[in-house]
Amino acid sequence: MRAMITGNQAAAWGARLAAIDYLPAFPITPQTEIIETIAQWVENGEFACRMVTLESEHSMITAAGAAAATGVRVFSATSSQGLLYAMEMLYTVAGWRAPFVLANVSRGLASPITLEPDHNDVLAARDCGFLQLHCATCQEVLDAVLIAYRLAEDAQVRLPVIVNLDGFYLSFTREPVQIPAIHQVSKFLPPFDSLGLKFRAGKPLSDAMAVLGGTPYSYFRYQNHLAAMRAVNAFTSSAKAFGDAFGRHYQAIEAYRCDDADVVFLMIGSFATKAKAAVDRLRKAGQSVGLVRPFLLRPFPVDDLRKILDGKRGVAVVDQNLSPGTGGILHKELAAHLYDVPDPRPVLVSFVGGLGGRDISNDEFYAMADVTREASEQGRPPPPRLLFTRQDWREMRKLQAIAHARQSGGAAP
Amino acid sequence: MYRIRFHGRGGQGMKTASRILGTAFFFEGFEVQDAPRYGAERRGAPIFAYVRADRKTIFERGVINNPGLIIVADDSLVGIPAAGVLHGIGTDTVVLIHSREHAEVWQNRLNLKGVLCILPATEEDGSLRTWRTIGAACSAAAAQLTGVVSWDAVVASLTEELSGLGGNWLAENLARAQWAYDQMSPFSGCVELETKETAALSTSVDWIDLPCEEAQWAAPAIHTGKTSEQAETGLWRTLRPVIDSERCKGCWWLCSTFCPDGAIQVDTAGRPQIDYAHCKGCLVCVAQCPAHAIDVHPEHSTE
Repeated sequence: MRAMITGNQAAAWGARLAAIDYLPAFPITPQTEIIETIAQWVENGEFACRMVTLESEHSMITAAGAAAATGVRVFSATSSQGLLYAMEMLYTVAGWRAPFVLANVSRGLASPITLEPDHNDVLAARDCGFLQLHCATCQEVLDAVLIAYRLAEDAQVRLPVIVNLDGFYLSFTREPVQIPAIHQVSKFLPPFDSLGLKFRAGKPLSDAMAVLGGTPYSYFRYQNHLAAMRAVNAFTSSAKAFGDAFGRHYQAIEAYRCDDADVVFLMIGSFATKAKAAVDRLRKAGQSVGLVRPFLLRPFPVDDLRKILDGKRGVAVVDQNLSPGTGGILHKELAAHLYDVPDPRPVLVSFVGGLGGRDISNDEFYAMADVTREASEQGRPPPPRLLFTRQDWREMRKLQAIAHARQSGGAAP
Repeated sequence: MYRIRFHGRGGQGMKTASRILGTAFFFEGFEVQDAPRYGAERRGAPIFAYVRADRKTIFERGVINNPGLIIVADDSLVGIPAAGVLHGIGTDTVVLIHSREHAEVWQNRLNLKGVLCILPATEEDGSLRTWRTIGAACSAAAAQLTGVVSWDAVVASLTEELSGLGGNWLAENLARAQWAYDQMSPFSGCVELETKETAALSTSVDWIDLPCEEAQWAAPAIHTGKTSEQAETGLWRTLRPVIDSERCKGCWWLCSTFCPDGAIQVDTAGRPQIDYAHCKGCLVCVAQCPAHAIDVHPEHSTE
């Protein structure tokens, strides 16, 4: 069935088709539609799972991890401040090696508070031990949830997975989505083989063990890392099985019109489709430009990245996030992963854009391609650039005037 | 690609309108994207929603900056800059306004070069009932203006989107949609499937290097307690709550406490008074009053 559904509904469909057993829930904009959709199905008797509303995201993730440790299939969803409120438990349950899927609907973090998307929330969770898939379309959201269960439950991996979708741009946006039949999905994703996960109240087992002395701690933490590293291959085989079953093929890193490109954009999430539109227009104008979009971000598919960027002259890294004091997070990761690639390496140009959902215009994409090409010719990058125009500045000054904030500088720089 | 933006007020069904049009396009075999854009949702606040439709995969995303068609369900929004009704319009943008004024009046007022159509509003418009079917009317009118969405597709879409509401809603919406679809038939197909490709790509982007400013002013603080007072949000109101002093029991606290904007004050005689400069018309007070002493009047009416 092909239907018009939102990204949130696509996530809910993913959970439904995966035949989840348990859904611990807590509402937060722009995620709430996911749990509302599933709640409605449960209420109507269209779908059976145990849905429980918790009193916070902290408890929600604890419940998700604890349920997964009993060997049932678990789904949950959150966003932004909620993900951060759960942060302590994200690290904890990943350490339990309890596989489940968590949808995060990206939304910028306070302060100031906003509802619109950027990736600081999900990237704050990049070191917690969860794997991460980053979606660019509503179709991908549904598909990613299914692939994520295969990946999480792989005996070689056994780690929880975050499926990320951008607030508004996917969460509240409807697109035609192919919803596969349940019998097809159950062939791709059979009931969870709990792999010995059988935590029971009657058979006590301590999952939350304490260790002193660094030896056991180092061992357990590094096991989490090694399992995550193995997830690169597990992703490839899961995505291949998915492609064989449903005809939609996913790569750990999508390379759009990259083969003969000199300059590429590198982005994650839904704004990357805007880059695709820009790439098409630039191609039409005769420029060799492409888009590189990591779909799998944890583990980072380093080999794929190096292969795709081999021979490229410049990379415009567009970070929809900001690490105050160092800049764009993806830019730093990319630089680290390319450091020991022999010359000629591509020049990396750092752009920070789309913070709090600020739009990135076509002209800005064209300009970023220009700046990156110029940098590649000179062999060195310009300073990092925040996508912020004179018009943004004027708007800001107007708002500051309304808020009675004294203007220090006056004129625009 | 068809790029269509609906403007209205929270509660008028602009999100639903975009979905009705989106689903109708989908039934006609188009690739479609539709989405609402809202912030702090409240009845009467300006809201917009948009639809993209094309024969091929749509990569564009987010707010439409170069609309081919704009539909305005409430003409009082045109004068509110924050509503952004005219954002990004060009000479080939078709504008459809639901208004009691004629096309020439709006054409002159806005100095528009492109096609401007009026979906005629009547005296009756503004009543709660007609207010709630304006979304269906707007989406049907938009469908007609594109010339590629059949009436059958509109009916199928309305049925899909609204049959869950029960009661007489589908029939009422179908009737209003039919009327709007027919009203627009002289203009059928005036919105073009934009195929123009700019030959030279503009890269003239006015980026600035953001200066570092003193934290005292660069932190997101509001330095005045009067911002809410200065913004006359009463302009947002399309439905006006009116307290009937005969029926008001003078409980003195329910409506004023539940008013989310603090726009109801109790006077020295213990009677609630509505501050119409700031009441947004959310009608929470109407729902709360146990004596049903608060009536609802359309804002345009003289009652």
